[in-house]
Amino acid sequence: MTGMNSPHQTNRITGTHVKGGGRVDRSRPVSFTFDGTSFSGFEGDTLASALLANDVHLIGRSFKYHRPRGLLGLGSEEPNALIQLARGNRTEPNTRATQIELFDGLVAQSQNRWPCLKFDVGAVNQLFHKLFPAGFYYKTFMWPASFWMAYEHVIRHAAGLGKAPEGPDPDRYERMHAHCDILVAGGGPSGLAAALAAARTGARVILADESTEFGGSLLSEDDVEIDGLPAADWVAQVVAELRSMPEVTLLTRSTVNGYYDHNYLTIAERVTDHIGAVVPNVPRQRIWKVRAKRVVLATGTIERPLVFRDNDRPGVMLSSAVRGYAVRYGVLAGQRPLIVTSNDDGYRTALAMHDRGARIACIVDLRTEPDGALVDAARSRGIEIHAGHSLVGSLGRGRVQGAEIARMTGDGTGLNGAVRRVDCDLIAMAGGFNPTVHLFSQSRGKLTWDPERFIFVPGTNHEPQVSVGGCNGDFTVAQAIKDGLQKGVEMAREAGFTGRKPAAPEVSEPKSTAERTLWLLPSTRPVGHKGKHFVDFQNDVTAADLKLATREGYRSIEHVKRYTTTGMATDQGKTSNVNALAIVSETLGVDVTQVGTTTFRPPYTPTTIGAYGGRDIGALFDPVRTTAMDGWHRENGATFEHVGQWMRAWYYPKKGETLRQAVDRECLAARTGVGLLDASTLGKIDVHGPDAAEFLNRIYSNAWLKLGIGRCRYGLMLKDDGMVMDDGVTTRIAEDRFHMTTTTGGAAGVLAWMEEHLQTEWPELKVHLTSVTEQWAVASIVGPKSRDVLAKLNDLDLSNDAFPFMSMREGTVAGIPARVYRISFTGDLAFEVNVPRRYGRALWEAVMAAGAEFDITPYGTEAMHVLRAERGFIIVGQDTDGSVTPSDLGMDWIVSKTKPDFIGKRGMARPDLQDPHRKQLVGLLTEDPNEVLPEGAHVVADLKPQPPMVMLGHVTSSYYSPNVGRSIALAVIKGGHGRHGQTLSVPLVGRSLKVTVCEPVFFDKDGSRKDG
Amino acid sequence: MVGIRRGVVGKASYSLFALARNALSYHEDWREAWRSPEPKKHYKVIIVGGGGHGLATAYYLARVHGIRDIAVLEKGWIGGGNTGRNTTIIRSGYLWDESIALYEHALKLWETMSQELNFNVMFSQRGVINLSHSVHEMREMRRRYEAVRLNGVDIEMLSPSEIKKMVPIINIDPNIRYPVMGGILQRRAGTARHDAVAWGYARGADDMGVDIIQNCEVTGFRRKADGAIEGVETNRGFIGADKVGCVPAGHSAVLAEMAGFKLPIQARPLQAMVSEPVKPCIDTVVMSNAVHMYISQSDKGELVLGAGTDSYNSYAQRGSFNIAEHLMAATVELYPITSRLRMLRSWGGIVDTCPDASPILSKTPVPGLYFNCGWGTGGFKATPGSGHVFADLIANDRPNAIAAPFALDRFRTGYLVDEHGAAGVAH
Repeated sequence: MTGMNSPHQTNRITGTHVKGGGRVDRSRPVSFTFDGTSFSGFEGDTLASALLANDVHLIGRSFKYHRPRGLLGLGSEEPNALIQLARGNRTEPNTRATQIELFDGLVAQSQNRWPCLKFDVGAVNQLFHKLFPAGFYYKTFMWPASFWMAYEHVIRHAAGLGKAPEGPDPDRYERMHAHCDILVAGGGPSGLAAALAAARTGARVILADESTEFGGSLLSEDDVEIDGLPAADWVAQVVAELRSMPEVTLLTRSTVNGYYDHNYLTIAERVTDHIGAVVPNVPRQRIWKVRAKRVVLATGTIERPLVFRDNDRPGVMLSSAVRGYAVRYGVLAGQRPLIVTSNDDGYRTALAMHDRGARIACIVDLRTEPDGALVDAARSRGIEIHAGHSLVGSLGRGRVQGAEIARMTGDGTGLNGAVRRVDCDLIAMAGGFNPTVHLFSQSRGKLTWDPERFIFVPGTNHEPQVSVGGCNGDFTVAQAIKDGLQKGVEMAREAGFTGRKPAAPEVSEPKSTAERTLWLLPSTRPVGHKGKHFVDFQNDVTAADLKLATREGYRSIEHVKRYTTTGMATDQGKTSNVNALAIVSETLGVDVTQVGTTTFRPPYTPTTIGAYGGRDIGALFDPVRTTAMDGWHRENGATFEHVGQWMRAWYYPKKGETLRQAVDRECLAARTGVGLLDASTLGKIDVHGPDAAEFLNRIYSNAWLKLGIGRCRYGLMLKDDGMVMDDGVTTRIAEDRFHMTTTTGGAAGVLAWMEEHLQTEWPELKVHLTSVTEQWAVASIVGPKSRDVLAKLNDLDLSNDAFPFMSMREGTVAGIPARVYRISFTGDLAFEVNVPRRYGRALWEAVMAAGAEFDITPYGTEAMHVLRAERGFIIVGQDTDGSVTPSDLGMDWIVSKTKPDFIGKRGMARPDLQDPHRKQLVGLLTEDPNEVLPEGAHVVADLKPQPPMVMLGHVTSSYYSPNVGRSIALAVIKGGHGRHGQTLSVPLVGRSLKVTVCEPVFFDKDGSRKDG
Repeated sequence: MVGIRRGVVGKASYSLFALARNALSYHEDWREAWRSPEPKKHYKVIIVGGGGHGLATAYYLARVHGIRDIAVLEKGWIGGGNTGRNTTIIRSGYLWDESIALYEHALKLWETMSQELNFNVMFSQRGVINLSHSVHEMREMRRRYEAVRLNGVDIEMLSPSEIKKMVPIINIDPNIRYPVMGGILQRRAGTARHDAVAWGYARGADDMGVDIIQNCEVTGFRRKADGAIEGVETNRGFIGADKVGCVPAGHSAVLAEMAGFKLPIQARPLQAMVSEPVKPCIDTVVMSNAVHMYISQSDKGELVLGAGTDSYNSYAQRGSFNIAEHLMAATVELYPITSRLRMLRSWGGIVDTCPDASPILSKTPVPGLYFNCGWGTGGFKATPGSGHVFADLIANDRPNAIAAPFALDRFRTGYLVDEHGAAGVAH
């Protein structure tokens, strides 16, 4: 496109009226489409300024009434001009045209209209608007009752704004951590000054601004000079100095959007959105997470709309925005603007427009006797001023074509003169400015209502921070800069730096006189009787709606907000909250502070969900933990299961084998020959210190003080309520050191649990806890031939006498330093070999090689589950669920009767835990030995043809056991210990099974196989 | 005798017809949904806490038990606590018989609430799916499925492809970090408009003469010589009562402390958020424990997202950023199309959680003082059932069969109803 002659842009300021020409680059035309029509703009334009340049005012449709809407604002406060941007998987709904930077080939579409923006069928809602006051849906759609889902279907499809993409997001996002001494939020005059003053002390400063360039309001003014320079040149000078400082980070297109505890703030940076292309190795957006010693809030102001009849027509805009489009972008939003103002600032817009060639229709000033330099300047240009007048309403079809004005009564509540029609194509509303206190409020600062100026200003702050400039209620550039410099230095000093406040520059700017605040401009008929006085544009909330809410008893501002939805649109009430609050307080005749303010919550502007997710998606969503032997398992065809964060080998199917066939083979091998299990995932905690034994004695239910060095013991850990929480074997390595094992899934929780008790309950105990799960790789050699295999790799005496069951020996296995534990989770002879993790695979391969002559069989978690169930060993979390006591499990033997105290002792003493009818662990045998009960199935005594029926309990574990030669199951059922031999039923969908209750041990009932 | 005002003043009933008629007078004749009276000196029953549960309690006390001399005292604005801060999910598919009985009782009341209250609470039975992501979760899911089914409550098991059919935007790729392996669906479950529940009950209770008193904070309890309750101290003076029912979600432990006993409750922030509104893209409520997120789409078009609780105790109604971050990553992980949508607003509530993740509906050591609290993350769905059962408890001074298992006494006897697994979010 570059170099091509740009097509004509109706409203682009040209010729003699170009005063600087705005900040767009007229040598770089850019073409884009809106609703399929091609337009041109310039580099530096936003979609909004380019559409205005092309005289496109109709940009969207409102949420409820589908009224035609155009631009209201200039930046992130825009409620109306929401765009469906781009196509395909990069499409992005609800994007504010005011923040879309133009690039060549940009594709924009309007939303929430059908079939097209000009002829929107949804606008039929306007015909029925009288039936649709605020909250109408609470009063109807109730008959017949069964029809709500049908009504709702229609409502849902009518609601919503843009459309979500249909496929996954092709772009990448990133999150970034940063620390700084001073974070400055907002790069207008006060923010720039604060950043400069702080940076000159040597402090590390981050300055972030949501716009494309620094300068804030100064970029939209042509009547301000600083130190004799045009404001924009002063901005350039300050930015250049900041850029030269190595400790300063400058972020544009970056919204400080969240303020959390302890000066933790988030910044949403739009990195490539303005390019419209994918840049290699650069994320689309980035979330900065900043911890700042001090924060300077310099977030400026947002202009208030005036509430008059039909103030929502395309062409009704904020005065400051109209001026911004003219000065910053070189675009006249209208050729014949009318300015309605409560203050002098509206005159600046009139002057800026006039001086750029617009014919000012008139200025409607709410004040009865406006005076001062700005008013004089307007008069001297021959601009018509109607003082003490109300803007009664706007006129026009799809676009402002005129306005009605009339003189007001002295108190501003009614009209006192004939209504006159004025022709105009634009209405600029200057209703005064609200400090942007959102971040201050997010940080739990208390807002104060200034009854003189009708604004909320920051009151008591909660975090170490300061507000400067417009957001602090200081509306002049001179004051903003002076204050910024002062506070910037103060904050730097508080952050530990020394330095002097730079001298404040000379500022020349127009002087303003007092304003006259009117929340609701009077018109010919009472509010709600004719036309609509909009307060929240996007959600179509009118002054009449607010009054209805208060009439119906919704008087807290939170009730008003929720009942009318005011302030709940995507702009979060940036232009409507204070107007709504004031209208409610005026209606109720109470002070604004009595109505309350709604809480501002993060984010300041809506922020991409993908950006918050960053790279924590896909493979990085949660770390995958694997063992040192994982590669071997994969190479040898293992199937895996998720166990917490771990991936564990589930079973090792040989060619053509089903799960059942593979598991049967693995189970048989572990009982008749030798099997090998990767047990590395078990939680392992090093318990160290002179009080380690005493600590364990309190944590576990059984006795630990007298455990000999080198001996192992099984322990149950209970919660305070006496319920089983975790289990495992713990070994005494030395007088003051134990090696604890936990369940795979419970490891982190157990460590946290023990730490909590050490730190809060028993701080007197001298014990250190260290997780060593990842430090050890563990191979369990299991089965009658395990001793033969290990003997080939080890010179320890492995005889039962020299190395008894439940003991540990240190030595080498296959030349690797190892701890060998004689413990068993199958009941058979077994050796658990622990080596440093880096030797895990070498150990595994050595054991496989040594076991080859015994046909050693690797087995996975499924066979492990079957083998332990055969022997009746529980799995905590499967056979227990936090409501099972040791006694319920038939494990009274593990609960010390003599220890003075341990966790769970008191809980266990409660009457219900002694009740013989509690659910207790039993075995279940099906009639058909090949029928395997579904785990989770329930057991009943009294089978009914249909639910409901009384349940006794449920099946916790169920398998086919090749070693027993039939199916086996564990269950917890009411009074189970007394039901052995009984026949009960398991009702399934469409059928039921008979089961016999038995002892929960199916194999090696006398436990004689442990020694081989 | 307090009459039912609505019957007398014909204009007050809500209907399309009433809307049309009021349109003629510019909607200027609608009467207030509830009055804002000055507190009387004494009431038969005072309900402390003007959330959904408290207002429902007052409503059913008046409606079912004929007690109309009632005040509901609310320290802020009604429905401003967890009633207005939750993600509006309603279901009854819990694990234990006791819980299923309670939540199913509530679900049945939800099904007729709009008509009962003449206030559209938009109870939408769009179905709730709970996902399973591992062999372990599949086992637990089967257990819950059987428990719900054998209680005679509707529940279905779904395969990943059946889930995909109902929820086209979900990612069921078996190779994602926590693949969707299956789910259970309760079709009668769904969502409702949370604020409307508080307003509807308030309007209904007010109609029967109940005084709803906002900006009235209870600062203490006064007891008679025999130890029984005499009334409450408030920032608007002492108000006497024969019976006091406390429904102070988020602050129950604080109130119990004032009354002189302790509750086994931990208060933690729980946060939620909504996206900008978009056209309908998900019709069902979907919850996942392993991935720690749940999602639905409001009638307005916002995606409503919920996360787990913070890991520390707090009364600040705001959650930690890291929880929000994780929630949004989880959202993109399971629903990749959400990545380019924007998070609009986030907020937090305080959930009072008992050691067994089940509520307390109980008499207390103080005669005439009753507590309804400890709903953890599951309070909203129980609103009508909780109010109905608690009203019965207050009126009769003894728990009915549904309330009995949830007595305070269970922490002494050990008869707990441990719903940690089924409560929906990780505590």
